[in-house]
Amino acid sequence: MIQIDQLSKKYKGADFYAVKDLSLTVHEKEIFGLLGPNGAGKTTLISMLSSLLKPTSGSFSINGLDFQESKNELKQHIGIVPQEYALYPSLTAFENLRYFGSMYGLKGDSLQENIISNLKTLGLYDFAHKRIRTFSGGMKRRINLITSILHHPKVLFLDEPTVGVDVQSKSVILEHLKNLNGQGTTIIYTSHHLNEAEHFCTRVAIIDHGKVVCKGVPQDLVVEQKGAHNLEEVFLARTGKALRDYA
Amino acid sequence: MHRLWASTYKEFLLLIRDLGGLAILFLMPLVLLVVITLVQDSTFKTVKETKIPILMVDQDSGTVSESIHESLSKSNSLEIIKKSSETEALELVQKGDYQLAIIIPKGLSRDMDKKVTANVNGIMTRLGLEEDSVSTAIKIEPKEIRLYFDPATQLSFKSSIKNGIDKMVSKIETRTIYEAFQEQLTEDDSEIIFDTESFITFAEIVPGGNKNPIPNSTQHNVPAWTLFAIFFIILPLSINMVKEKNQGTFIRLRTQPVSYATVLGGKTLVFLLVCLIQFSLMLFIGIFLFPFLGLPQLDVSGKLPLLYLTAFFAGLAAIGLGLLVGTVAKSQEQSAPFGATLVVILAALGGVWVPVFVMPPTMQLLSNISPMNWGLNAFYDVFLRNVGVSEIIPEISLLLGFFILSTLIAIMYYEQKNAV
Repeated sequence: MIQIDQLSKKYKGADFYAVKDLSLTVHEKEIFGLLGPNGAGKTTLISMLSSLLKPTSGSFSINGLDFQESKNELKQHIGIVPQEYALYPSLTAFENLRYFGSMYGLKGDSLQENIISNLKTLGLYDFAHKRIRTFSGGMKRRINLITSILHHPKVLFLDEPTVGVDVQSKSVILEHLKNLNGQGTTIIYTSHHLNEAEHFCTRVAIIDHGKVVCKGVPQDLVVEQKGAHNLEEVFLARTGKALRDYA
Repeated sequence: MHRLWASTYKEFLLLIRDLGGLAILFLMPLVLLVVITLVQDSTFKTVKETKIPILMVDQDSGTVSESIHESLSKSNSLEIIKKSSETEALELVQKGDYQLAIIIPKGLSRDMDKKVTANVNGIMTRLGLEEDSVSTAIKIEPKEIRLYFDPATQLSFKSSIKNGIDKMVSKIETRTIYEAFQEQLTEDDSEIIFDTESFITFAEIVPGGNKNPIPNSTQHNVPAWTLFAIFFIILPLSINMVKEKNQGTFIRLRTQPVSYATVLGGKTLVFLLVCLIQFSLMLFIGIFLFPFLGLPQLDVSGKLPLLYLTAFFAGLAAIGLGLLVGTVAKSQEQSAPFGATLVVILAALGGVWVPVFVMPPTMQLLSNISPMNWGLNAFYDVFLRNVGVSEIIPEISLLLGFFILSTLIAIMYYEQKNAV
């Protein structure tokens, strides 16, 4: 379970908080969607939860491990799929996976078997020994995902994992994530694809200006929002139609 | 340990996959070494074999100008071209066609003779050896040998020419005085009263007996430029780190249960190997290629273990600095120019360009903080002074200390910057 209490983040020199007094509970084995317009604070929240950013105030715990007291242990329990590919282009898919797997302390045959199994599941086995720089966007996204799940994390954070990929790759990625969830992995996921989120997530929270605007089961939110027929209409009703341009 | 080896293997793969970068990494230091040694060696040969043309305007046409011409010609390093007009000589020097024009003033020999004769006569009269000398003092204006230098001429060349001419003039004056006394004291020209040959001469001896020949240009250049090349590892190393930041792989590593020291450890091992291979190649070039290029062969007999020991610690110091630059820099635009300039500054401070002993006192003091200075001293100790391991311990300890300190600062900076 992820317990977030009054979590805030204000960047140096910024006039406003990227995340402001945000409290949230994500239950075990949920697929939780963090939705919101650009600059709403989704990536900042995920970065704090994955030890990349220091919160200005507030606290959180993952599976009972406090973020300040059990930093290293926490890292062993979580997996992060960043927006960027975060891979070495001149190394092959296998070399990338073996390296990042080793950084989780994995080694030997079990690591090798784990890599091969994931490559096969995500349709990349035949490309295991090709360099990443030759891969398409969809292939890189899939390798990016495998890199983060080799150590069987209990909680997986995904920052827009399906952005810029074709329908086939998206389908394979989401299917694999569902399988992982079925095996007990809690998934926290951000996306701008509201239709995808509506069908993929067990619960969602819509965030705007660093605060939770509403949260719940997608279908319940649609029913609760007067005149809304889908999550996108709930989203627009809650966050407005004004453009969110930041520089 | 497993993570360290995985990091090391990854660094190794990244390095060998970039064949262009690898070629530059190994070839450029070799090119640098060969070019610098050729240039330095030709400068060395310039003094011995080739001649620098200079102009001479002889308005004197006497014994003094003849002596100066003869001495300059004998020096083997200068080719004397006579010109009749001072204006013409001045123009040619101003245009940069010649580095120097020497103008011997009119009546120099005659006036010097007169002055010396008058002085000698005066001494003889006072000693009572000359009865009917002219007691009236002759007023002779001092003469000036004018030297026109091209403004681009190096100071060292200027001062060596000035010193040389000063020495020649003193010698001529002394000889003329002796001759004047000789004339006064004897009628017989064949009778030698004064021995005019120089009494004091110089002998160059290298401490340590016959075993240690005088070091040639290769022995002098290889240590300095090898060290310079070793420190250039800062550039590829810091660029490698900045690239990882830009690729996002560093961010991923921050989310993993791996320490920054482990990540840096992998880089240290691989780049240290690169340094040692670079060093081996440079020794190879010095030993086997230099003789084909007409350069003196590098003599490493009996010195290899100490040379590798020094290269190992110099490499560590360079890597420590590279890790620090790579940690602090945010972009390649920051790391590349900063790294390159830093190496040049450290080289200048360390005595690679100009020997430390000729630097101003403040710079001599500052040179002590350059790791290149410690490395260079250690290399000179091994290459030129034939010392044992105990004599280089202070220098290699400093290099090791520098590596530890710079790596610690890099780790602390990283931890502080990314504290969660």
